[in-house]
Amino acid sequence: MKEGYELIYKRPESLLQTRMHYCPGCFHSTTHKILMEVVDELGIKEKTVGVCPVGCSVFAYDYLDVDMQEAAHGRAAAVATGIKRILPDRVVFSYQGDGDLAAIGTAETLHACNRGENFTFIFINNGIYGMTGGQMAPTTLEGQKTSTSPYGRDPEKVGLPLKMCEIVSQFKRVAFVQRVSFNTPANARKAKKAIKTAFEIQMKKLGTTFIEVASNCPSQWKCTPEESLDWLTNHVFPYYPLGVFKEPPKTKE
Amino acid sequence: MPQKGYVEISVEGCKGCNLCVLHCPTNCLALNTKDTNSYGLHYAYLAEEDKCIACMNCSVICPDAAITVYKKMAA
Repeated sequence: MKEGYELIYKRPESLLQTRMHYCPGCFHSTTHKILMEVVDELGIKEKTVGVCPVGCSVFAYDYLDVDMQEAAHGRAAAVATGIKRILPDRVVFSYQGDGDLAAIGTAETLHACNRGENFTFIFINNGIYGMTGGQMAPTTLEGQKTSTSPYGRDPEKVGLPLKMCEIVSQFKRVAFVQRVSFNTPANARKAKKAIKTAFEIQMKKLGTTFIEVASNCPSQWKCTPEESLDWLTNHVFPYYPLGVFKEPPKTKE
Repeated sequence: MPQKGYVEISVEGCKGCNLCVLHCPTNCLALNTKDTNSYGLHYAYLAEEDKCIACMNCSVICPDAAITVYKKMAA
């Protein structure tokens, strides 16, 4: 460090110094980083338990320096329920992709939200199955080309994309639902605030908290990271609008 | 007058996704297209140090947390 300068930002301590295996520009790594910044700021590293899914983020336990548990495909919500019920003083989050949370694990997700299990969902929605070769996901946009929908998604055959935030915000026991993204620094700062709010609500035991990250997948969208941001702005956000869908009533402190 | 600062970008940590270059408000970052790190990837670097205003946009957007930001202390 040069003389006369002070450090204002460095890599969060809870993020291990390992090189992450994600592709350049992938929002998985941004989410890991922001998540660990929040853990460091709240000082909850020793009592945070994460549940990682099957998908690109299957190795999340190699990067996050908090207790992690691997779950069977789609069952992260069920495993997180168990952890939170046995250890109610811990901050539990499940980190899931769209294939995990919205396809094979829809039942677990919806029932955990319906029961109001007191943990946080981090849902990475990139609209494609990134790890397995770019197949169509439940959240693939109408007309979007994937390796199993080479002519674009046809809603007549496979239905319309699932809007998970809108679905889970209808459950009475879900306390906080927000869709965020990392396409600009301003949105990334909002996303960090959202994750922090979700963890604080979880610590107050108000109900399930659900953060959806409108993510990119440069490799499987067959574009550069820069072009993936344009796709997010022009195609993803009109269908999946960012914002708060549900929050607990404000109380005077 | 805007504040002054500088950034350090880890050469081995950078994957050359170009997002920091894209979001730098003063265009002081650049992608080194002539050299690569040991993974064979181009890396971003601080090209014009005088222009850096320590706004932290690059460190917020960097997916791989490769950027460290320093701010000049008030005299």
